Amino acid sequence: MINAVGRDIPEEILELTGKEVFHGNHYYDGYVYKKDGPNTKCVINSIGSKLVTSIKEALEKCEIRDGMTLGFHHHFREGDYIVNMVMEEVHRMGIKDITICASSLGKAHDPIVPYIEDGTITNIQSSGVRGKIGEAISNGKLKGLAIMRSHGGRVRAIESGEIRIDIAFIGTPTCDEYGNCRGIGGKSNCGVLSYAMVDGDHADKVVAITDCLVPFPNFPAHISMTKVDYVVKVDEIGNSEKIATGAAKPTTDMRKLMMAEYCTQFIINSPYFKDGFSYQTGVGGASIASTISLAKIMKERNVRMRFGVGGLTKPMCDLLINNQVDALLDTQDFDLSAVESVKNLRHFRISVGEYADPFNKGAVVNKLDFVILAALEVDVHFNCNVVVGSNGMITGAQGGHPDTAAGAKCTIVIAPLLQGRIPAICTDVTTVTTPGESVDVVITDYGIAINPRRQDLIEAMKDAELPFKTIEELRNIAYSIAGEPDKVQFGKRIVGIIESRDGTIMDVVRQIKPFKFAEE
Amino acid sequence: MINPNKKRLRRTMMFLSAQKPGLIKDPYIYKPDSIMLDLEDAVAENQKDVARFSLFHALRTIDYRGCERVVRINGLDTPYWKEDIRCSVAGGCDAIRIPKTECASDVMLVEREVEHAEMEFDRPQGSVLIMAAIESARGVIKALDICEASGRLFGIALSGGDYTKDLQTHITGTGIELMGARQNMVIAARAAEVQCFDTVYTDLNNMEGYRQDVENIHLMGFDGKSIINPRQINIVHEIFTPSQKDIIFAEKVVKEIEDKKAKGIGVFTVDDKMIDIAFYDGAKRTIKLAKASGVYKGDL
Amino acid sequence: MEIIKPAVAGTLESSDCQVTVEAGEGKIDFSLESSVINQYGNQIRRVVFETLENMEVKNVRITIIDKGALDCTIRARVEGAVFRSVGQIDNLPWGGAIR
Repeated sequence: MINAVGRDIPEEILELTGKEVFHGNHYYDGYVYKKDGPNTKCVINSIGSKLVTSIKEALEKCEIRDGMTLGFHHHFREGDYIVNMVMEEVHRMGIKDITICASSLGKAHDPIVPYIEDGTITNIQSSGVRGKIGEAISNGKLKGLAIMRSHGGRVRAIESGEIRIDIAFIGTPTCDEYGNCRGIGGKSNCGVLSYAMVDGDHADKVVAITDCLVPFPNFPAHISMTKVDYVVKVDEIGNSEKIATGAAKPTTDMRKLMMAEYCTQFIINSPYFKDGFSYQTGVGGASIASTISLAKIMKERNVRMRFGVGGLTKPMCDLLINNQVDALLDTQDFDLSAVESVKNLRHFRISVGEYADPFNKGAVVNKLDFVILAALEVDVHFNCNVVVGSNGMITGAQGGHPDTAAGAKCTIVIAPLLQGRIPAICTDVTTVTTPGESVDVVITDYGIAINPRRQDLIEAMKDAELPFKTIEELRNIAYSIAGEPDKVQFGKRIVGIIESRDGTIMDVVRQIKPFKFAEE
Repeated sequence: MINPNKKRLRRTMMFLSAQKPGLIKDPYIYKPDSIMLDLEDAVAENQKDVARFSLFHALRTIDYRGCERVVRINGLDTPYWKEDIRCSVAGGCDAIRIPKTECASDVMLVEREVEHAEMEFDRPQGSVLIMAAIESARGVIKALDICEASGRLFGIALSGGDYTKDLQTHITGTGIELMGARQNMVIAARAAEVQCFDTVYTDLNNMEGYRQDVENIHLMGFDGKSIINPRQINIVHEIFTPSQKDIIFAEKVVKEIEDKKAKGIGVFTVDDKMIDIAFYDGAKRTIKLAKASGVYKGDL
Repeated sequence: MEIIKPAVAGTLESSDCQVTVEAGEGKIDFSLESSVINQYGNQIRRVVFETLENMEVKNVRITIIDKGALDCTIRARVEGAVFRSVGQIDNLPWGGAIR
């Protein structure tokens, strides 16, 4: 069945998943449902400590068995040890048919690939995957269907009961013996525990894993003891160097600086740039450079930001230090400056549910004026792909891309026109992850295209001295330089689905096929 | 035939190794006035042969979107320069840059090869221009001869690295070691009515020092500067492009002089400044530069 | 042209490609490893065969490791390797066999 972004979703997939095809961003607006709650095992005996001696003991006490769903968060990013540690133990116990429901998985988790191959893990639900797990899924090694969900989409799936997490493992930088978790302190300081909050609220069993046990009470708790069943102390929960890196040096790459300058100019020429505006940006060189140049202009023009949100980096936290923003709403900290900034009284931790869940009574993304995003591909319908690489492999994550794009009044995607030889602006993206209706502007090194759906923005920009082009013109330039690309050759089998924020199906991902020349 | 591009706008000329596909594929996005595809110092001795193929196809197929394409050939004391010229002219370059030019006969030698190549590859006679890089004390002293050696020669450029070595000093960042050469070359170029280009500024981390350097050479009368990184382009364009204030004043001067001349008035004031016919050419030049730089919106 | 000795041109840098030519076995023996093979494998093959045909090279084993080079670079590297193989560095047929 053809969905609202023109993708044909096979009937067998609709039957298998019980899902609908994507009908557009607001299809579920006003939908009424009852939130799912966890099975809760009461702890009344006052002498009880929740400390257990090992992950194995925790698994046994949680009555791990075949077919269960395990939850993980990715605040430790590429420094995470938790997923590998837990899965190694699960594998050793001979458990099969596990579903991993993670907020994201990365290259750090390459070691679990053998467990995919031997049937320990048969389903993966994640914002995305990189490295060897992506290759394994794209090569058809995962028995079940991989589900790629946005950050908001994961919270929705859990809260609505679409997925029930049997045991959630929450790696926490500090914890007391009764399970009060905090994202700050210890050896693996990640600042916040936003992604794990929904696991705490909805998983049947919750196991906190820390390498820094502190005396009770570890307050104020980011995840409360009232939600935690067991606490495990291990030697190391992560590699701190890869959890929060030193602040990235501002880029000196003129191409990125140019795109950043276009972005800043676009923002300040738009009607939303006024006192009290709100803003989210990413960690790419151009996004960071754009935030730095925007801060300068805000100062010159005496314009103040009301709030900044999302994953944070130094330039965003500098806005707070320099008193240019009223509040930062934090879901993830990418560098040490951001972790440090959490102490600031106007730097607020929020849950990913508050941030982006479409099945809330309203999420923060809905209050965004600007979001600056990146993409692997954008097509002439403004659909974006952030998950499937040019070789057809799953190699990225939706993250908050579809959530913020849907919420923000002005969604800006920055991408160099060519990534090596691969055109970033193309006729049809390989896989749709964010629908074109959410994307307002695409900024490239060759020019800027405004979505024709946004005639108001086109009108607002008519006197701006920026290199505006149509999206088709940008595509044509890319093709004239690199040649028109052939489509990636995929096999028949569907290995994964791209789930829209609201749980409908945006697109499917097929197994890759070795390349064959058209003629030999 | 007089090549219409001989006096084109050349505020920035960006150096790129002809052997680096990643660099030569789209430097035009940074909008330098000219790019200089280098076969000389940027290409290792054992890559001289293959660099030409890369240059040839880049010239033939890449649309540089109005950037002038200058090729720096290898020195006249090497076995490469003649084939470099054949390749460049066949590829369709706009100009050849001669390194280490010492005297007028160097220019004439190159001119002869360029003429041959134009004939061999069916290009109109005179379509390929020449510029001469001056890199020695002798070259600086002979600057006027060099400027007048060929009708194809559109300008001369100072190459500071080799020049300061020859002078037994070094690049200081202050410009003091380049003072004599700069002054002498600008004067020679103006006398011969050709353009004059300044040397590169190599310290990419010192953008303030760079800006000062560009301001100095602008005031000295240079037409433009050699660039080694796209980050350096905008500063030159900013300094070399007339400000709106300058343009408006120049417009008034031109209009008033034309008007007053008709009325037989020789001296008068514009914005409280005393003006006479001697200001006319300068004001016309400002308007022309503003037009060439794409910032002129008036009707002159 | 006949391939005389094995020769290499190009690098493994991004946007470049490394081309190796060796004497063949009576035909064009083509092998390609490319970071963009899915999108441009067919186009690269076409360009390589055309470039060899222009130089009348019919007997060659040609191996290409491509890092996203544009067609103009692929042509340049193929020609570079072939002319290196025959040791010709002057009086090249610009605009003729090289086009």
